[in-house]
Amino acid sequence: MRTRPVRLFAALAVVATLSSSPAAHAGKTLDAIRQKGEVACGVSTGVIGFSAADSSGAWRGLDTDVCRAIAAAVLGDAGKVRWVPLNSQQRFTALQSGEVDLLSRNTSWTLSRDASLGLHFTAVTYYDGQGFLVPKKLKLTSAKQLNGAEVCVQSGTTSEKNLADYFRSVGVKIKPVVFEKFDASLKAFFSGRCQAYTTDASALAFIRAKEAPNPDDYVILPEIISKEPLGPMVRRGDDEWFAIVKWVVFALQEAEEYGVTQANVAQSAGSTNPAVQRLLGVSEDIGKPLGLDRGWVAKAVGAVGNYGEIYQRNLGPGTPSNLPRGMNRLWNQGGLIYAPPLR
Amino acid sequence: MLERRLVQLLLLAAVVAVLAALVATTADNMRERGIRSGFDFLLEPAGFSIGETPLAFDAGDSVLRAFAAGLANTLRAALAAIVLCSVLGTAVGVGRLSANLLLRGACAAYVETFRNIPLLLQLLAWYFVLTELLPAAGDAWRLGPGVFLSKSGLSFPWRVDGAWEMPEQNVFTIAGGGALTPEFLALVVGLGIYTAAYVAETVRGGLQAVPRGQTDAGLALGLTRRQVFFAVLLPQARRAILPPLANHYLNLTKNSSLAVAIGYPDLVSIANTTLNQTGRAVECIALVMATYLVLSLATALITHRLERRSARWAGDA
Repeated sequence: MRTRPVRLFAALAVVATLSSSPAAHAGKTLDAIRQKGEVACGVSTGVIGFSAADSSGAWRGLDTDVCRAIAAAVLGDAGKVRWVPLNSQQRFTALQSGEVDLLSRNTSWTLSRDASLGLHFTAVTYYDGQGFLVPKKLKLTSAKQLNGAEVCVQSGTTSEKNLADYFRSVGVKIKPVVFEKFDASLKAFFSGRCQAYTTDASALAFIRAKEAPNPDDYVILPEIISKEPLGPMVRRGDDEWFAIVKWVVFALQEAEEYGVTQANVAQSAGSTNPAVQRLLGVSEDIGKPLGLDRGWVAKAVGAVGNYGEIYQRNLGPGTPSNLPRGMNRLWNQGGLIYAPPLR
Repeated sequence: MLERRLVQLLLLAAVVAVLAALVATTADNMRERGIRSGFDFLLEPAGFSIGETPLAFDAGDSVLRAFAAGLANTLRAALAAIVLCSVLGTAVGVGRLSANLLLRGACAAYVETFRNIPLLLQLLAWYFVLTELLPAAGDAWRLGPGVFLSKSGLSFPWRVDGAWEMPEQNVFTIAGGGALTPEFLALVVGLGIYTAAYVAETVRGGLQAVPRGQTDAGLALGLTRRQVFFAVLLPQARRAILPPLANHYLNLTKNSSLAVAIGYPDLVSIANTTLNQTGRAVECIALVMATYLVLSLATALITHRLERRSARWAGDA
């Protein structure tokens, strides 16, 4: 009984916000944020390691730390973020209508999303891909053996489409069982309703470790069937804000590259490395072209650490996700994380 | 009289104007913000598969066909649940008027229990009970020749491409023949049992609305209790029962949209998936609203016809 009125209300809200006269957006997002004194950040309703509220109600995760870094760079205070949890049906509309300033909510960068929603992807914060979790007792070694199987999947992800694409390409027939809620999809899988569960590989490790009744009864198949570059999105029509979000992400990655950490950011200002001096605004003011102050990178890194630290804190060893960095290592360490130079 | 007509016309014009302005500004704003809009996506390939549908569907088929498949699933589940709630509801409603104290109490308990627990919870409970309780497809219960019950659902022999086909166990599931999935079963059972509680109250109310004298007169004429019930009470009660019954059917159809919670690919589930693939939120939700509106209006029309017919019969009597 709960779903219908909520959805109807959401629909009316969409019409209401889109049909009111549009606010002047060009270059105004930053002004509006400074005036409000907070960044409205659209996050998920709970994806451990990316954005999820912990037991004390504080939002934790890689996606949320990106929002904190932006708030620190723009407002000088990482705490000035208003969290707006959004499900996958609401997320684009919330950003389009201006309810949030950015969407940092494990959303995959695809052409149709980038080109037809009136939104822009900024930069990639995590390279993900879709995989499969199966019960060990089925003795499967490859996803190609899933012919005739039923696969549990949560709706509102690109997963459903990848699933159809992949199995059509390898000539295997499967039956998707699509659930609206994450919890319901997991419960159905662990009760044995489906022979496989599919979602992004980043979530599979966590699901196996923390949600499975007995982790050893389940294995993750080797196939990664899709490319899922995740990253924050902004509205079109405000190039300044687009640039700020993009370059804050790059700054966090560049900070890791040059060894600037949360702990040493203050001392690093005395570094003799010209790149570090530039990054921290000692020699050159790289904040000015973005409309930010000189110390924006120092504030962002001081608040949440560099990209590597953010990764370790939310996804690294010792976290429930415990994901090896893999593709998400820096480019000079064999990964794909490559920030354009901050100069 | 003329004046009142004029006022009505003006009001109607105002409502239409407001709606038109709403649509026009929405379209303008969406264009201005670079949001693609329109219904052209309906003809593009859907790109996702649907777990079960009476309509043959492949990921390469159009989005429109996916919506049709979703609608077919909604109707299939709603119709089955309507049959279930009518039969069960009538039985319980009559039971509440029984002379037998135990039966009366049981029926009252049924109504109070199922009417007062939120439907979503009931659906989830049925679904998880079904999937927990049933054996895996490998050790399915054989209910008869070619009839299997397992976590993959109820499989039975069925005509496929003009020939009878027996379901067979494969490595993972049971394939071939006809099959009702646990999602479908949970939805139909949940909706049917929940709505039956309301139907029961309507039936009871309808029967009680027939004056007591009618029963007495029937008995005085030497009719048996059974004859009185079927020949005297029921035909008269029907007139009081039909309009609210139509309402229950309408609600049941709309409530079937809760199917997304338990993984049944109904219209809303398909619309959600499409919305996510295409980002056309306004269009997808408008389509769903329009579809449910048409369904509701069609149900209302049919029951209205039925009411008029039963009123005419009553007039003839």
